[in-house]
Amino acid sequence: MQREKGRASVSARLFCFIQIFFRMQKQPTQITTTDGIPLKVSLRRAERKNKIRSFLFVVPTLLLILFAFLIPIFDMLILSVHTPEVIDLLPKTVKALKGWDETTGLPDEAAFAALAEELKILRKERTLGQVTLRLNYEKTGMRSLLNKSARKLRKIKTGPFKDEMIAMAKGWGERETWVVIKRMGKRLTSTHYLSAFDLKYNVDNHIVSQPQVQQIHKQMWLRTLWVSLAVTALCLLLGYPVSFLLSTLPVRISNLLMICVLLPFWTSLLVRITSWIVLLQKQGVLNDIFVWLGFIADEQRVRMVYNMTGTLVAMTHILLPFMILPLYSVMKTISPYYVRAARSLGANPFRAFRQIYLPLTIPGIGAGGLLVFILAIGYYITPALVGGASGQLIGNFIALHMSKTLNWGLAAAMGTILLGGVLAIYWLYNRIVGIENMKLG
Amino acid sequence: MKLFRGLKYTIAMLSILVLVPCTSLLAAESITVTSFGGAFSQSQIEAYQKPFMKNTGIKVNAEVYNGGLAEIRAQVQSGNVTWDVADVEKQDLTGGCDEGLFEQIDPAMLAPAPDGTPATEDFLPGAIHECGVATIVWTTIVAYDKTKFPGEKPSKLADFFDVKKFPGMRGISKRPVVVMEFALMADGVPPKDVYKTLSTPEGVDRAFKKLESIKANLIFWEAGAQPPQMLADGEVVMTTAYNGRIFNAQVKENKPFEIIWDHQVYNMDYYAILKGTKNKATALKFLKFATSTQALADQASWISYGPSRKSSVPLIKTYTGTDIQMGQHMPTAPQNFKNALATDDEWWADHQDEILKRYSAWMAK
Repeated sequence: MQREKGRASVSARLFCFIQIFFRMQKQPTQITTTDGIPLKVSLRRAERKNKIRSFLFVVPTLLLILFAFLIPIFDMLILSVHTPEVIDLLPKTVKALKGWDETTGLPDEAAFAALAEELKILRKERTLGQVTLRLNYEKTGMRSLLNKSARKLRKIKTGPFKDEMIAMAKGWGERETWVVIKRMGKRLTSTHYLSAFDLKYNVDNHIVSQPQVQQIHKQMWLRTLWVSLAVTALCLLLGYPVSFLLSTLPVRISNLLMICVLLPFWTSLLVRITSWIVLLQKQGVLNDIFVWLGFIADEQRVRMVYNMTGTLVAMTHILLPFMILPLYSVMKTISPYYVRAARSLGANPFRAFRQIYLPLTIPGIGAGGLLVFILAIGYYITPALVGGASGQLIGNFIALHMSKTLNWGLAAAMGTILLGGVLAIYWLYNRIVGIENMKLG
Repeated sequence: MKLFRGLKYTIAMLSILVLVPCTSLLAAESITVTSFGGAFSQSQIEAYQKPFMKNTGIKVNAEVYNGGLAEIRAQVQSGNVTWDVADVEKQDLTGGCDEGLFEQIDPAMLAPAPDGTPATEDFLPGAIHECGVATIVWTTIVAYDKTKFPGEKPSKLADFFDVKKFPGMRGISKRPVVVMEFALMADGVPPKDVYKTLSTPEGVDRAFKKLESIKANLIFWEAGAQPPQMLADGEVVMTTAYNGRIFNAQVKENKPFEIIWDHQVYNMDYYAILKGTKNKATALKFLKFATSTQALADQASWISYGPSRKSSVPLIKTYTGTDIQMGQHMPTAPQNFKNALATDDEWWADHQDEILKRYSAWMAK
């Protein structure tokens, strides 16, 4: 604005006026500070400083989330589809197989020779294990086939390799062996996801079900789903009355009750699980009492742990506080006058509850339900200890593949599916109830 | 991906920069040995680590882990190796060796027997591996509570599968290893044909059929500490178990347990050196000491696992603090070892994935 003063020509001045007029239209009050900077700009600068300062306070949290949460999750997503072993370690074989038509029998000598050469190198460099491990997931026996052949190939210096290798191990004469190598010769594959749903590629590269006797994961997904739903329902059933009591009793008594709710919450998870084993096992406290009271005979003791019952009981007990606390915080804010008003207007207790009280507690039910369900769906240590054979959940299989079979790719794929499921439920909840209606405490 | 890898390495390097000066200030010379914990780790500490520390002045830190290659792989691949020596099972040794997780071991560096027999002839077959050296022979057996069978006592493996003659619940592992072998041998397959039979689809079906016949009587255990606990609690009357755990319950806790040695399935545990350790020379020194004839014989006084060297057998004494002769409790004692089967880890490495899936599906049914 200052610049515009001092211009001499009339036309310029006119132009300037027009400009100012238009600017005035947009910014009706253009106030400047003493040093000529518009107040808005100066204010923004001052605020920016504050914003940066307050942002610095959250930087550690953001970094923690980035490194301890986002990067690992991203890594997991990558791991579930990333299969670089074959293409990185057997590049020539993969290249030689590129032109091979899988439907026309075995590949030609070039592929055999390339594989023979690369197997020898891998054996010398001790990196063969990575390839065999990966391929054995796709076809049982690939591991020993490659290992044995690599050992024997040391003695064979010149080709032709095709007949030699087929004579060495009949696996090389099977079309499927080569189909598997070719299929895994890509950087990104979806085999882990197929395996997570009991599917696989057959020799013609069609997706088919795994043999009936080996199907395990589909059943586990369904079981995890229904166990989580059942635990959520049980928690709601048990937690609702408790929360109601907590929110309506006089403070002195409700505080005592609250401690009873929180005390197990503060106890170590393992201690709580082990206590349930002590209580529920066949020679346990509960069975002893039943026998002593004469409900059951000594030889008819009930099995309540190392099966589904154990999983349900222990998980419900452990997750109960996650239901009670949000419910309590919502119920505490509901004025008793509403129900009284409904009653005085002629509603019977059930109707007053159903039409007045229950709808008011929906935010708490939603929050508690979502919290319990999401925690339950990934549960692992409780089913591992009290679940026996019939009470295992998908979390146990992720742990199994993580620490025992070392099939990290499959574990990552299952973890990703689980994550996707949780996000889907969150989305669904948002659509039906609205996430702004959730009250966590 | 590359960017993140890069970041990870930067962080790893930074933490090394910060941590290394602190640790090097603390220790003069030390190595870290990891093992499975409990009575087993204790026996190694008493028989190998304490005498080694006394002889050499090198400090040995004992760590505990749960087996499997996961942690070892993570250490070697990140380049941050904190364990120098690890006690590993055979299948992890072969797997890890293939993956390049362990250092190669030259058998010539192992101590000869006291009479001068070279180590290569003194160790049991299969005990010296290119990536590790076996220390003990451990075995999976069936154990029972003798108070639960007032009349005739079970005496052979087949009795485990006979719920009519010997009623009651049985404990069995959640993993199919050894269980499949037991099922086939109980069904009449001689030990030498077990893996041949299991390699055919009919053989696998046969094993599952045998297991199915007692399914209603089975409880599954996850960790080695559970079987003796389940026997003691009365949850089961008979269970598959590791012989060392049962011995401990018999002797230390005076439990009325008995072992059926018939058709035991044995395996060896190995010491292996992690690839990329900064203390390789010290680790090798420790390995040589721990696998010497005397150290292996001494270990038998602390736990009932058999030594992997022939020359150790005559030197075995009594169980520490008692007058129990350890000879008869050794899996390798002649009367116990008659129809023993050696676990075929090669076979399991090939078939584990397939069998485990089927076993889990069968278990969950």
